[in-house]
Amino acid sequence: MVNLIVDDKKIKVEEGKSVLQACLENSIFIPNMCFIKTREHPHASCRLCFVEIDGLDRPVTSCTEKVRQGLVVRTATPSVRRLQRMAFKLLMSAHHCQPKVCPAKDGCQLIRTAKHLEVGLNPRPLERLERDVEEEVDLIFFTYYPFRCVLCGKCVYVCRQRNGHNPLTFANRGFDTVIGFFASGDPADVPCHHCGACANVCPTGALVLKPEYTNAATTNR
Amino acid sequence: MTTPELDGEERARVEEITAMLPHFEKSRGNLIPILQSIQEKHAYLSGAAMEMVAEHLSISPSEVYGVATFYNQFRFHPPGKHQFKVCLGTACHVAGGDIILENFVRKLGIKDGETTPDREYSIERVACVGCCALAPVAVIDDTVEGHIQPSRVEGIFVQFQVERERQEREKAERESGE
Repeated sequence: MVNLIVDDKKIKVEEGKSVLQACLENSIFIPNMCFIKTREHPHASCRLCFVEIDGLDRPVTSCTEKVRQGLVVRTATPSVRRLQRMAFKLLMSAHHCQPKVCPAKDGCQLIRTAKHLEVGLNPRPLERLERDVEEEVDLIFFTYYPFRCVLCGKCVYVCRQRNGHNPLTFANRGFDTVIGFFASGDPADVPCHHCGACANVCPTGALVLKPEYTNAATTNR
Repeated sequence: MTTPELDGEERARVEEITAMLPHFEKSRGNLIPILQSIQEKHAYLSGAAMEMVAEHLSISPSEVYGVATFYNQFRFHPPGKHQFKVCLGTACHVAGGDIILENFVRKLGIKDGETTPDREYSIERVACVGCCALAPVAVIDDTVEGHIQPSRVEGIFVQFQVERERQEREKAERESGE
């Protein structure tokens, strides 16, 4: 066990954990989109979990920082907030918030993050990103909404963990990057058996299991 | 649309890939070289081809797909009989190359990088064909069309139509002459 101080609060956690996980487990919220605690090498792609650590000259992503004895962490300094707000605005410039139809709205991490950072859900002053992708994509078992997707990569990761020959992947690149599903032939032969892990882990409701497959997924779990 | 003729073509391609794969060592580093040589042979990568490569390298087909879609050099549709390459390099972009591309896209009802179901036409976007003074530029088969106007797009299709009708007429004349 190691002791660390987060925002003047003393917490005690097991060694080997990341600062982000240590904080979350001690009910100190740090915004995060792409973090999965079992992941050995964090993706660190959402750029939301910045913190300041005494002794380091600039903010660092807390998911990539391991806890050490006597660490002094600050989660809400002006420079941390500046980075987090910019990262959030960048996410929102690509994410179309549609609260009326969004399946994730109750547990939406983006809304929670917006409240935490005290910013609106619009990308202002940034412009909305015009992307050359479709509104809705049919991925055999799923419906995928590219404009909701923040490309956190959680679905691709859990798919890889669960299925030997994972059908989920990133496709294309740059602004056109989407989640792709590569499988041919009979849907029954697709190795994933629509386990639904990817749809469950999606923080923005971008990947939704089709109604006709939801029952099968709950019994498979 | 699967005609027996296309199936035969497909089978020939699969056989070619089967013959080719053993020449490559089974290492992940060979993924791109393999994809490149398949595309060099067949001008595009089919789903079946990507699955065969995945099996050869013992990786997931989706990984092959992810890598292949990342790079602009790979195509996923067989090229059409007539190929339209619309330049979207800097000069052409400024001169409205995207409008020209949109005209082709709307006329054929396919997106760039795709081929019409009858395999007659395919559209591609390219980055600079080296004659920026003629912007906006499109390359129709092997002919460079400079200062191309949106209205010219329709003209190109009419030209192909006329050409096809002429060939059919000549063929009919030849047959009736025999």
